[in-house]
Amino acid sequence: MMILKILFRNAFHNKLRSGLTILGIAVAILAFGLLRTVIDSWYAGVEAASTSRLVTRNAISIIFPLPISYNEKIRQIEGVKMVSYGNWFGGVYIDEKNFFPNFCVEPKTYLDIYPEFVLSPAEKKAFLADRKGFVAGRKLAKKYGWRIGDTITLKGTIFPGNWDFVLRGVYHGRDDTTDETQFYFHWAYLNETMKKVSPPRAEQVGFYMITVTRPDLSSDVALAVDKTFKNSLAETLTETEKAFNQGFIAMSGAIVTAIQMVSFVVIFIIMAVVANTMAMTTRERIGDYAIMKTLGFGGRDITILIFGESLVMTLTGCLTGMALTFPAAQAFGHTLATFFPVFRVSGETLCLDIAAAVLIACFAAIIPTRQAIRIGIADGLRRVG
Amino acid sequence: MEEQKRIIVEIRNLYKSYHRASLTIPVLFDITFDIAEGEFLALMGPSGSGKTTLLNLLAGIDKVDKGMIRVGDVDITTLSETQLAHWRANNVGFIFQFYNLIPVLKAIENVELPLHLTSLSKRQRRDHAEMALQMVGLAHRMDHYPGEMSGGEQQRVAIARAIVTDPTILVADEPTGDLDRASAEEILGMMERLNAEMGKTIIMVTHDPRAAQRAKILRRLDKGYLAHDDSQNPL
Ligand SMILES: Nc1ncnc2c1ncn2[C@@H]1O[C@H](COP(=O)(O)OP(=O)(O)O)[C@@H](O)[C@H]1O
Ligand SMILES: [Mg+2]
Repeated sequence: MMILKILFRNAFHNKLRSGLTILGIAVAILAFGLLRTVIDSWYAGVEAASTSRLVTRNAISIIFPLPISYNEKIRQIEGVKMVSYGNWFGGVYIDEKNFFPNFCVEPKTYLDIYPEFVLSPAEKKAFLADRKGFVAGRKLAKKYGWRIGDTITLKGTIFPGNWDFVLRGVYHGRDDTTDETQFYFHWAYLNETMKKVSPPRAEQVGFYMITVTRPDLSSDVALAVDKTFKNSLAETLTETEKAFNQGFIAMSGAIVTAIQMVSFVVIFIIMAVVANTMAMTTRERIGDYAIMKTLGFGGRDITILIFGESLVMTLTGCLTGMALTFPAAQAFGHTLATFFPVFRVSGETLCLDIAAAVLIACFAAIIPTRQAIRIGIADGLRRVG
Repeated sequence: MEEQKRIIVEIRNLYKSYHRASLTIPVLFDITFDIAEGEFLALMGPSGSGKTTLLNLLAGIDKVDKGMIRVGDVDITTLSETQLAHWRANNVGFIFQFYNLIPVLKAIENVELPLHLTSLSKRQRRDHAEMALQMVGLAHRMDHYPGEMSGGEQQRVAIARAIVTDPTILVADEPTGDLDRASAEEILGMMERLNAEMGKTIIMVTHDPRAAQRAKILRRLDKGYLAHDDSQNPL
C-alpha cells in the first residue's frame, strides 16, 4: 500500500518534468493513433469490398473500355447471377480540389448488386425514372449542401463538356465501413450524349460488375468470363472486387508503408524520451531506494516502485492521447472525407495505443531498475548529500 | 564497580577492503571489540579512517571480507542478502547525516514506513508512529513533508523512524554533521535520553569532539586501525 502511495507521488513529484513527459507521450500516442487510423481507412475500401463480387475490365489496362455487347454474353455464363456495368466519369465539381469519385452505371442492376447503398423506395423510383438523375452518398450531399431536386453541374475531363445532373436520391451506408461519398448517374445518359458528339466512344463501358450464384463459384466464373473473350478484340481480366480495389490502391502501397514506419518511429522516439526521464528520476532517487533497502525492503519493492512510476506516467499520457484521438480523428475525417470515406478510430488502434504505452513504460524502467537493485546499499547511501 | 553487562555486539578480527577496477583499497584491519547492552559509544577518527565502513558492517548493510560480527545471538556475516534485510528490519535503527527521509512521504508516513515490514495492523502502525513522533516532540508536525521542515526537525523525524521498530541497536553516522549548534545539541540530548531512560544501545560515528563528549565510551579509528585506549569517556 505504502509502495503504491510512494510510486504515485513519485510520478507527479517533479511537476514540470512529469508534465512535459506526459504531454510528450500524449502527443506521440495521438500521432500514432491518427497515423494508424489513416492506414486503417486506406484499407477500409478493400475490406468493404466483397469477395463474392467480380469486376471485369479490359485486360490491357483499366483505362481501355470494353464493348457493351459483352453484357449479354456474360449473362449467359453459368454461375453468373447479375451483371451491371459502368464507366469511371472523372468529372470535376466547380474546382479540382473538390474531389469525389463519380461514375455512371446501369442503375437498376447496380443497386441490386450493391445492397449496402441503402436508398428509400421513393428515391430509388425517382432516380430510375430520371435519365439525368443522380444519387449521392450522405456524406457527400451533406458536405456540399445538396438537396433533392438540386441541379449539379460536373465538368467532364474524360468526357468533355458541362454535364447537368439532378439529385434524385441520397443513400446511406448499410455498414459502418460503407463509403458514403460516391456519386453515380445513368450510363445511358452518357452513352446517348456520346452517340451524338463522339460516336466511336459510344456503346462502351469501363467495367462490368458480376455477382455469382454461389460464392465458391467466383474463381470458376472469373476464368469462364475471360475465356469467353479470349482472342476477341478486347480481352478481359476478371478478378474479385477486393483484388480489384487492392490493385487500385497498390500504387499507394509505398505511401502506406511509409506511414506505418513513421507511426513506429514516433513510438521509438517517445520511448527514448521516457527512458531518459526515468533514468534521471531514478538517479535522483538512488538515495531513497538505498534507505528503503536499509530499512529491509527488497528488490521486488524497488522494481514495483520504478516500473509503477513509469507505468503511471506513461498510461496517464496514453489515456490523454487516446482521449484526444477521437476529436482529432473527427476533425481530420471531416476535412478529408472524400479521400478517407471511412475515418474511424478502431478498437485495434486503441489496443495498439495501450500496448505501445506498456512497452514504452517497461523499456524505460528496465535499466534504471537493474541499476537501482544492483547498487549496494552502502554505495547508494554515499550518493546522498 | 558495576555489575557485568551483557555483550550485545561482538566484533572479531574484522577486515574490509574496497575494489575499484583493478585496485584494492584496504580500509579496516583486524578490528576486534565488544559493545555492551545499553552502551552509548562514540566512534571517532579523521575523515577517511573507515568509521562509516565499520558502522555499515555492524549494521548489516555491507559485507565483511574476513572476521565475525555477532549482534544479539546472530552472526550476521553468515546471513544471506534476504535474511540480512529481514534482520535489519527487526534489529537496527538507522540515523544518517542527511536524515534520508522519503521526500514524498509526510513525517508520520516516514515513521510508519519500516512498520510496513512487520505484521502490525494499520491502526497499530499509526499508533506506534504517533507515539514515536511524540517522543521526539513532533506530533504536531506529523502531516508535514520533509521539505517543509528544518534540518533539526527532519533529523528528529529520522530518530522517530529509527526507534519505532524498537530495534536492538541504534546506529548513527554523523547525526549532527549537517546541523547548526543548537539543533545538534537538541539531537544529542535526545539520543542521550534514549540511552539513559530507555536503555537503547547506540553506536554513533562522529568527528565532532563535542558530539563525542555526550557518549559514555569513546573509540578511535585511525587509518583503519582501532586505537587501544578502551577508556571511559572523560566527559
Ligand atoms: N565504495 C567505495 N569504494 C572505494 N573506496 C571506498 C568506498 N567507500 C569508502 N571508500 C574508502 O574507504 C575509506 C574509508 O571510508 P569511510 O568509511 O567512509 O571513512 P569515514 O567515514 O571515516 O570518513 C576512504 O578512503 C574511502 O575513500
Ligand atoms: Mg563517514
